[in-house]
Amino acid sequence: MPGYLTLIFACQLLGEMAVGALALPIPGPVLGMVLLFGWLMRRGAVPEGLGSVAGGLQRAMSLLFVPAGTGVMLHFQLLGDALLPLGLGLVVSTLLTILVTGAMMHWLAKGDAK
Amino acid sequence: MTNLQETWVYLSASPLFHLTLTLVAFQAASWLFERGGRNPLLNPVLGAVLLVVAVLVATGTDYGTYFEGAQFVHFLLGPATVSLAIPLFRQWHRVRASALAISVSLLCGSLTAIVSAVLVARALGGSSEILASIAPKSVTAPVAMAIAEELGGLPSLTAVLVIVTGILGAMFGPLLLDLARIRGWPARGLAIGTASHGIGTARALQVNETAGAFAGLAMGLNALATALLLPILWRLLF
Repeated sequence: MPGYLTLIFACQLLGEMAVGALALPIPGPVLGMVLLFGWLMRRGAVPEGLGSVAGGLQRAMSLLFVPAGTGVMLHFQLLGDALLPLGLGLVVSTLLTILVTGAMMHWLAKGDAK
Repeated sequence: MTNLQETWVYLSASPLFHLTLTLVAFQAASWLFERGGRNPLLNPVLGAVLLVVAVLVATGTDYGTYFEGAQFVHFLLGPATVSLAIPLFRQWHRVRASALAISVSLLCGSLTAIVSAVLVARALGGSSEILASIAPKSVTAPVAMAIAEELGGLPSLTAVLVIVTGILGAMFGPLLLDLARIRGWPARGLAIGTASHGIGTARALQVNETAGAFAGLAMGLNALATALLLPILWRLLF
C-alpha cells in the first residue's frame, strides 16, 4: 500500500518538475496522471493495491475542494459588486457547456464501440 | 472561563482545529445530502463551504489562518488528480473507440465555455478585469489562475469562480443531461468534466466509473485546450 502511494506522489513530483522545467501549459498533477497512465499501459493491468489507494483518494475527492471553495470569503465585496455579470455568466456558460459537449458526444459517438 | 479561553487560543492557532473543522463540515454536509435523498441542491461541497465560512466569520478568523490547517486536505488534490489515471486506464478501450468524437466534442465544449461566459458577463456590464477572471472558469484551478493572470484578471477571484462553476455543474449537470435525454455514460462524463473540471469529475466518479473516466479525461484535455486557445481567442475576439 505505501508503495503505491509513493508511486502516485512520484508521478506528481515528476509531473510538477517537467511542467516547471519545460514551461508546459498544464498543471503538474495532470502530467502526473499521464505518467501514471503510461506506467499502467506498460504494465498492462492495475495492481490491486494501487486500485484501492486510488479508490480511497477518489471517494474523498469532493472534500478536497472545500478549502479552495472557502476562499470565497476573500471576495465577498467584489462578488457583491459584480453579482449579476458573474452569477449569470457562470450559470449560463456552465449549463450551455454541459449541453453542447454532451449533445456533440452523444451524436458523434453513436456508432462507436460500447 | 480563562481556561476555556486559553484552550481556544491554543486550538485556533494549531492546524488541527481548522483541519478538523473542514472534515466535520464535510461530514455534516454529506449527511444532509444523503438524508435529503441526494437532492442536487444539497451539494456537499457547497454545504461544507457555507458551514466553514459561517464558523470563520463568526469567530473572526481570516482565510490565511484557516488555510494553515486546511492545506493538508487541499494538498491531496494533486495525488487525487494523478490517481484518475486508473479509471482512464480501465476505460481505455472505450476512449480509443471514440477518440475523434471526444476531440471534437471537447473542442466545442471548451470554446462554448470561454465565449459564453465572457459574452454574458460583458453584456451585463462586467469590467475587463471581471471578464479576464471569468473566461477560464471551466478549467481546473491552477491552470485557470495562471491564464487569468496572463489576461489581466484576478487569480484569486478566478479560483472562486472555478469552484462555483464546479459546484453548479455537479448540481445541475445530471438533471440537464436527463432533460436532454443524453443517457450514455461517456457523453455524460465528458460533458461534466469539460464544464466542471475536478468537482464534476468527483461527482461523476460517485455515479459511474465510465462517466468518471471520461470526466477525468475531459478535465485534463480541457485544461490543455483552454491554456492554448484562450490567449489567442482573447486577442482576436474580446
